[in-house]
Amino acid sequence: MGAGHGHTLHYHGHSLVHRAPAHLKVLALVGFMLVVVATPAHWHPAFAAYAVLLLGAVLASRVPLLFLARRMVVEMPFAVFALLMPFVADGPRTEVLGLTVSEPGLVAAGALMTKATLGVVASLTLAATTEAVELLAGLQRLRVPDLIVQIMGFMVRYLDIVAGDLRRMLTAMRSRGCDPRSPRHWPLLARSLGALFIRSYERGERVHLAMLSRGYTGSLPEMSTPTHRPHA
Amino acid sequence: MHVPDGFLDAPTSVATGVVAVAGVALALRGARNELDDRTAPLAGLVAAFVFAGQMMNFPVAGGTSGHLLGGALAAVLVGPYAGVLCISVVLAVQALLLADGGITALGTNITLMALVGVVAGYAVFKAVLLVLPRRLSSVAPAAAIGALLSVPAAALVFSLLFAVGGEAPIGFGKVLGAMLGWHLLIGIGEAAITGLVVGSVLAVRPDLVYGARGLFGDRKLEIRATAGGAA
Repeated sequence: MGAGHGHTLHYHGHSLVHRAPAHLKVLALVGFMLVVVATPAHWHPAFAAYAVLLLGAVLASRVPLLFLARRMVVEMPFAVFALLMPFVADGPRTEVLGLTVSEPGLVAAGALMTKATLGVVASLTLAATTEAVELLAGLQRLRVPDLIVQIMGFMVRYLDIVAGDLRRMLTAMRSRGCDPRSPRHWPLLARSLGALFIRSYERGERVHLAMLSRGYTGSLPEMSTPTHRPHA
Repeated sequence: MHVPDGFLDAPTSVATGVVAVAGVALALRGARNELDDRTAPLAGLVAAFVFAGQMMNFPVAGGTSGHLLGGALAAVLVGPYAGVLCISVVLAVQALLLADGGITALGTNITLMALVGVVAGYAVFKAVLLVLPRRLSSVAPAAAIGALLSVPAAALVFSLLFAVGGEAPIGFGKVLGAMLGWHLLIGIGEAAITGLVVGSVLAVRPDLVYGARGLFGDRKLEIRATAGGAA
């Protein structure tokens, strides 16, 4: 992973939201979502206001709505859960489209979907407008313990390499005629994971030695805030 | 698997956030004692491994597949402290850069998957090791049982949290029943994969497996003849 590449959810841009300091964006996201979560389910105008506010931020970021919409699939399991909620919840029953459902369950499902959707869109907006390096520098400014930021930094930096290792192992497996399709293949897949662990751990040891040879004494040099440069 | 925003009310989310911060702080201190300045690169790479490992699909049947959660696996491979750190960092990156799991639920997710998942997994692993014979071959089954129970343990704590701060009127019994039943199934898959992965690492580099320390120290170097062709 080269320095200029964004992570998969990043949408390159130069909007106000892109240029805003990462620590402010994280604080805004946490504050906004805490308010959303604390809002009682029946305050419908408040949720409309949140949605308008969020939409404003999304529009200001100039990230295409379709780009965000495609990435909202992470929400799917909870949509299913919310769909089931009116049927399993307690409380008085009511009838919707000929089905008998729990009234408080219906309200709760609506609130859950609204809050979770606001959360996903808000988080996606942060992810789409913030490079990983900026985010790490922002967390550092928010006084997240240095060691946590370092671990996160190594994870983000080496994720593509480790995932690439795994992809090549699976490609090698398939090219030798093994296409894992049933639990019968779990031992094989697990051995690949075991090998991946050993490779990753040993890579960590090599990285550590390389850092020592460059004068590492427990803290990394101040991370420079990246500026948006033209691509080389 | 990740709890989204709005599932638990704000006080519960903040409370689990405090628990998560305290737990991660303890893990930081423990990991630094064990790994000192190797902590950052090693925990970072192991976190990347857990993240990549979660992307691997284990086919179940009829086109469906599951994936590893990795709490118990990380605990057995790198120890509970580094394990908590790795899973917490994975969850934080997933919340911040992938919108996977709500940002207000990050504390809840860390509490459930990093603290309960790793610590319960490791505790069960250690307890089972005490019962089994002190042999290297006991490590993988013990890890599997640790993984098996770590998943329903997290589900149990989630059910308790949901009873305290859940934003839906569903009876505790119903939530607990559904969560435990479903997560026992997930736990079986988790157990199989964890046991197999730990076994495969033990076969090649037993020295890397934290949970196997002290179990292979007295093995003697043996020179094996290569009669009978390449092994």
